[in-house]
Amino acid sequence: MSKGTLYNKVWDRHKVTTLPSGLDQLIIGLHMIHEVTSPQAFAMLKEKGSKVAFPERTVATMDHIVPTDNQFRPFFDTQAELMAKTLEENTKEYGITFLGLESGKQGVVHIVGPENGYTQPGMTIACGDSHTSTHGAFGALAFGIGTTEVRNILETQTLALSLLKVKKICVNGTLRPGVTAKDVILAIIAKLGVKGGIGFAYEYTGDVFENMTMEERMTVCNMSIEGGARIGYINPDQTTYDYIKGRDKAPSAENWDKAVAYWESIRSDADAVYDDEFHLDAADIEPMVTWGINPGQGIGITENLPNPAGMSDADRETAEEAYVHMQLQPGTPIKGTKIDVAFIGSCTNGRISDLREAAKIFEGRKVASHVQALVVPGSQQVKAQAEQEGLDKIFIAAGAEWRGAGCSMCLAMNTDKLKGDQISASSSNRNFIGRQGSATGRTLLMSPAMVAAAAINGVVSDVRELQEVTA
Amino acid sequence: MSLERKVISGRAVPIRGNEVDTDRIIPARFLKEITFERMGDFLFQDARFNEDGSEKKHPLNDAHYKGANIMVVENNFGCGSSREHAPQSILRYGIVALIGESFAEIFAGNCKALGVPTLSANKSDIQMLLATVEADPSATLTLDVDSRTVRIQSNGKEDVIQVTLPDARRQSFLDGSWDELGTLKGNLDKIKETAASNLPYFTNFT
Repeated sequence: MSKGTLYNKVWDRHKVTTLPSGLDQLIIGLHMIHEVTSPQAFAMLKEKGSKVAFPERTVATMDHIVPTDNQFRPFFDTQAELMAKTLEENTKEYGITFLGLESGKQGVVHIVGPENGYTQPGMTIACGDSHTSTHGAFGALAFGIGTTEVRNILETQTLALSLLKVKKICVNGTLRPGVTAKDVILAIIAKLGVKGGIGFAYEYTGDVFENMTMEERMTVCNMSIEGGARIGYINPDQTTYDYIKGRDKAPSAENWDKAVAYWESIRSDADAVYDDEFHLDAADIEPMVTWGINPGQGIGITENLPNPAGMSDADRETAEEAYVHMQLQPGTPIKGTKIDVAFIGSCTNGRISDLREAAKIFEGRKVASHVQALVVPGSQQVKAQAEQEGLDKIFIAAGAEWRGAGCSMCLAMNTDKLKGDQISASSSNRNFIGRQGSATGRTLLMSPAMVAAAAINGVVSDVRELQEVTA
Repeated sequence: MSLERKVISGRAVPIRGNEVDTDRIIPARFLKEITFERMGDFLFQDARFNEDGSEKKHPLNDAHYKGANIMVVENNFGCGSSREHAPQSILRYGIVALIGESFAEIFAGNCKALGVPTLSANKSDIQMLLATVEADPSATLTLDVDSRTVRIQSNGKEDVIQVTLPDARRQSFLDGSWDELGTLKGNLDKIKETAASNLPYFTNFT
């Protein structure tokens, strides 16, 4: 078993007791909720007349069902309106902070938490959403839960959990030009597979992660769950502390040193023991594109689509299913694949730095005439910042649509959906069948800059060719 | 219904496929409801129905499997989104236990929270089980949580396979304690003490 890791230290700090079942009861320091996975939990509380034990440790926003084109209330979609209203009523009744559309702070829950300083190192963080792993970028143990567990946290601020193993994911060296955090995590998942992380927390370590900004680290940790790991984290450092300082919920100046001392105390020890390790050379990673129906089916942009014949049984079956759904041919290049829709946004890549990278590609160019391009900021604050920098004008001039904050076409619980078997180049996190709102729709995951390049050329492209022209 | 889940018997429906994610179990567009009540209606919606509502060939559309209360699946079943709507739709459809090669962690945890055992078996046993229930939809399965075995009776023949289930989960199904809320709640004082002594961020480091 692992020893001396951040995972072990934070676990021990939050452990209340070992339960008769053998599971540990763990305090959850930050609980985030949204409109889709919380109403049923509140209904369970109401049924029994129960209270929320620590209302100040839960924060709510609204993201999945929020339309990004017309955000005036009531929403046209009566189901969406009912979900929004229910969350408003529940948070009011139980005294929980709600960052709604009028707050100026609404957005995708995993973007809102960090940007307002709620997310901090050494916390346990849970939310009824699998991409809660995002917050691990700060050195927190953050993971997705179901609605029954949402209820358990509301009533007790704790969960019954079993200890995971810890796998060190080490990427050293220097990334090549045009290679982003998204490409790093897609490359890791392509190597370790979508089941590689089952039973593990991933600790990302090495030059590449140390040199990343917080927003890049969030992109990496966000997709840990796509590799099967419920938790992924990076040890906190000066980059982390600089990001947190001055944010709304950050520790005050007078308590800052005490906060940093706590954060430093939960870093993995130099001689920490891990259950497993994986090493990757940064120089071997190129811009990535997925071609299949799970996020592990990804290749470098210069590679050809793999032949299922050479794969193990389960991988071959999934690959064959993927080729039927995607209407692609083994052995052919992914580059040049025609796209219909370009989607930039989501909890993976809907932050200001993502929009800046995309804007660099869009600037002075036009979206191909057959492509619908959507740029969806991850939060109202990201939107305001982008508009202050004039990025919205660049997107609009290029022929892309500039939207309001929300989950949008990542999971299509709102008005943004693929139609029929459209192909989408997407900066989101899942290429599952039906994920983007059409049972026959197809998704190619890539970085925001790669999506922008595909939008301009109308086909999957190597962003480095456009970046060279710009440079 | 008793909370104990010691022995579960019945017929099984085979669901083939690796990495069957929770978006496939229930697509996101059907989650726009504030209760789980109707979730059983949308189980495997896109795999079972065409856009015009006509049926596709799917085991859940096959009359032979009507009334089955056990689902046999392959590997990494339930990966992806943490939506409890997925196990809710399975349970509300009438499935009370799953047997598969492997399950995604969040999904298996959500099943446990609903009192639905997810039992794992090795690949060859799962393939045998799938082939058996495909050839004979009337085959009877008996899941014994205590001994971690599954007995399969088909056409006068009987097989027994070993399954795995973590100790804590097995215990919770045997004694009916799989809904942990009461146990967790009993420690409220200890929770407050632990937070006060170990977690300086609870008071924002004052």
